[in-house]
Amino acid sequence: MSIQVTHVSKSFGGFQALRDVSLEVGEGELLALLGPSGSGKTTLLRIIAGLEQPDPAPDVDVRFNGQSVAHRAVGGRNVGFVFQHYALFRHMTVFENVAFGLRVRRRRERPSRQEIADRVRRLLALVQLEAFERRYPSQLSGGQRQRVALARALATEPRILLLDEPFGALDAKVRQELRRWLRRLHDELHVTSLFVTHDQEEALEVADRIIVMNAGRIEQDGAPEDLFNNPRTEFVMRFLGAINLFHGRVENGGVRVGPMLLPQVDCALPEGQAARAFVRPYDLAVDRRKNGAAAMPAKVTRVQVTGPVVRVELEAAAGDVIWADLPHAQYRDLRLNVGEQVYVSPRNARVFAGDYRP
Amino acid sequence: MLPGFGLTLGYTVLYLSLIVLLPLAALLARSAAIGWSEFWAAATSPRVLASYRLTFGASLAAAAVNSVFGFITAWVLVRYQFPGKRAVDALVDLPFALPTAVSGIALTTVYSQSGWIGRWLEPLGVKAAFSPLGVTLALTFIGLPFVVRTLQPALADLDAELEEAAASLGASRWKTFTRVLLPPLWPPLLTGFSLAFARAIGEYGSVVFISGNLPMRTEITSLLIISKLEQYDYAGAAAIAVVMLVVSFLLLLLINLTQWWSIRRCQGGFAG
Amino acid sequence: MTEMVVPKAARPRPRVRGAAEEPAWVRWSLIAACILFMAAFLVIPLAAVFTEALRKGVQAYLASFTEPDALSALRLTLLVAAIAVPLNLVFGLAASWALAKFEFRGRSILITLIDLPFAVSPVIAGLIYVLLFGMQGWLGPWLAEHDIRIIFAVPGIVLATLFVTFPFVARELIPLMQEQGTEDEVAALTLGASGWQTFRRVTLPNVRWALLYGVILCNARAMGEFGAVSVVSGHIRGHTNTLPLHVEILYNEYNFVAAFATASLLTLLALVTLVLKAIVERRARAVACGEERPR
Repeated sequence: MSIQVTHVSKSFGGFQALRDVSLEVGEGELLALLGPSGSGKTTLLRIIAGLEQPDPAPDVDVRFNGQSVAHRAVGGRNVGFVFQHYALFRHMTVFENVAFGLRVRRRRERPSRQEIADRVRRLLALVQLEAFERRYPSQLSGGQRQRVALARALATEPRILLLDEPFGALDAKVRQELRRWLRRLHDELHVTSLFVTHDQEEALEVADRIIVMNAGRIEQDGAPEDLFNNPRTEFVMRFLGAINLFHGRVENGGVRVGPMLLPQVDCALPEGQAARAFVRPYDLAVDRRKNGAAAMPAKVTRVQVTGPVVRVELEAAAGDVIWADLPHAQYRDLRLNVGEQVYVSPRNARVFAGDYRP
Repeated sequence: MLPGFGLTLGYTVLYLSLIVLLPLAALLARSAAIGWSEFWAAATSPRVLASYRLTFGASLAAAAVNSVFGFITAWVLVRYQFPGKRAVDALVDLPFALPTAVSGIALTTVYSQSGWIGRWLEPLGVKAAFSPLGVTLALTFIGLPFVVRTLQPALADLDAELEEAAASLGASRWKTFTRVLLPPLWPPLLTGFSLAFARAIGEYGSVVFISGNLPMRTEITSLLIISKLEQYDYAGAAAIAVVMLVVSFLLLLLINLTQWWSIRRCQGGFAG
Repeated sequence: MTEMVVPKAARPRPRVRGAAEEPAWVRWSLIAACILFMAAFLVIPLAAVFTEALRKGVQAYLASFTEPDALSALRLTLLVAAIAVPLNLVFGLAASWALAKFEFRGRSILITLIDLPFAVSPVIAGLIYVLLFGMQGWLGPWLAEHDIRIIFAVPGIVLATLFVTFPFVARELIPLMQEQGTEDEVAALTLGASGWQTFRRVTLPNVRWALLYGVILCNARAMGEFGAVSVVSGHIRGHTNTLPLHVEILYNEYNFVAAFATASLLTLLALVTLVLKAIVERRARAVACGEERPR
């Protein structure tokens, strides 16, 4: 089932959570809504579910498969919703939790007891919790509870699955496992799914497509690699991964940062305009000699060799702290010492100008 | 380790013994001294039995009324916005704060034949003051805060996500209420009921004015203890008091057990 | 496609009910039921107190207070509260320190015993002192020999009041102090503070609002206690009558204006208690929120 959201705004008192947001989700897609807290991503998810109503406006609408569901309350939309803190019913066993959505149906729509039991057991098998059906939520671990919540949401065979920070309350290791598991589950079921997260790694790893949100607006919408390699705004650049920031001015079609001139600016900016150049740490080369104009001197202040790459902290002439990630082999060849003078040169920089509001 | 444990614990135990335990022991010793058959006769004479029936019956009825309206009041105060809500919330504690003698004469005035409410009940054939109904009214007044105040925090603790989850699974509002919201509220409701009931069976001040105090008809047990004392029948008073005390302690035990039970049920709810 | 749907969406739609909301008629019926119940049991009796007190005008109302018996009842009530409240305050502080900051065997039994006076009928609370100190009681003859009067005298009233107001301060403090743990106190001790300094400068400020609330409740009950005091007082006019007992006597003598005038004084005390309670609760909440906010 596809989803179309058009011109949705929402304010809570004086706080504008969403500003004229429109988006489309294709049938069977797994989409991540990514953004910092307060960016409006959860509000958008809740509006799609029918848990919140958008502010009235002439052309505001939420449609499933082209059909408006704006006048339907949450129960009539047939969506599965998974809450950040699971929202399991504490006084019900795992089995009863999963069966809840079927048991509360009106008599003529309700499956027979046997059918309910069969379906619940199938779902518990799917989330690998067959052995736990008689337990109460308080007797489960966080990861198990989240899986029960997911099975419960799937029991009513929803056409759309919405997940609000589904792994937010779990520790790092369980998160890793559940991410991969969610991806596999989606490949198996092909239910159109949206999940909200503030963790860029999670979004990049799991989703087919990512929508980055900031201050109630959509910043960028695209495939993970597209977003990562071609951030369209400074916000997306900063949000997806680590960065080094250089302040400079436009000069001869490039950007001058102190003694360094960065060539080939990818956007047309007037001469003399203040600009900010962003360089990912792995795009920063470190060398003993100066290689052309796109390099600046810096002093090595700290080296951290534990981890997948060697992290070199440097202090530029102006006092800015920058850092470069080097492969271990290259670091061994260079034999850097703390306190040593070196040159850094960006292999790839993205330049943005104008005001920046996070 | 912090200092002062011996001193404060010693003082606590000493003061508790002097003010509470020793006098209570005197009561038990006194009733033990009178012998079993005499004790039984004093504690189960027809007039005393009639007072038990009235006291326990009216207390049960009052606690039941309070459970219903206390639930509604707590629900309304926690979940809805309406003008005057803060005043209503503050007023709930009035029965705690108002001296019982004052509530007694005020309720009698309001519910007597010529009173503001009593005069509307009179044509309906309902005699409120000076009847078992009047006793129930006074006991309802006195127990009102218990159900409200035990339910309020429990209601406020209910996670809004639970209702949203139920709604997203297609449950109607009524089914969400009966199957999701109500079950975790039973233990506090039972606690509130027991507290209101326990308070009501021992109540004296607010009841003596409105009850009319007719032996066998509208005489509560607390009042009977005082009449025995006034007739210098100390043994009889002590015997009845021991019966009441035992019932109160059993109730206290029940209340602690329900609280323990509800804590057990929710244990580990936030672990892992 | 968007064009096609716009006119339909632009039509005014009925408001969609939220997931955690009842229909408006249910909401308003419940609010009405609550308010009617509160009116019948709380507001109307409260209004009746003042109406009855002022039935014969302000003059008659004020005259009720200048009567010598009323003044002596007022004095006795204040005296009893002035003795009972400080004693139970000291007890509450000692008990909460011992029970909340330390773990030991029998702790939970002790906490239950402190709640005991709440479970005991006030009439029985009076009775136990009569059985202990009355003429037919254990210590009665000995007391009579030494010409010490406890029952039907002020000491008995004080004792009965102590009993019924016994748990108020302690039960406000124990849960709060338990929740706060001992980290602050241990920190103060390692910084060189003495035990008393730690208590006064660390523990006491942390619980000040709960303490104040406990004292307010204790005082209200001390001034308003009727059943227990009634048993031990002997109702000697001008000597062993507290304000609540004075109300009873006046009412039974059909002196309604004076009875309700005295009652109105006690009602004002109750209303002040409620207002103070609301203020203290709001302050306590503000303190709690302030502590949670990152600085």
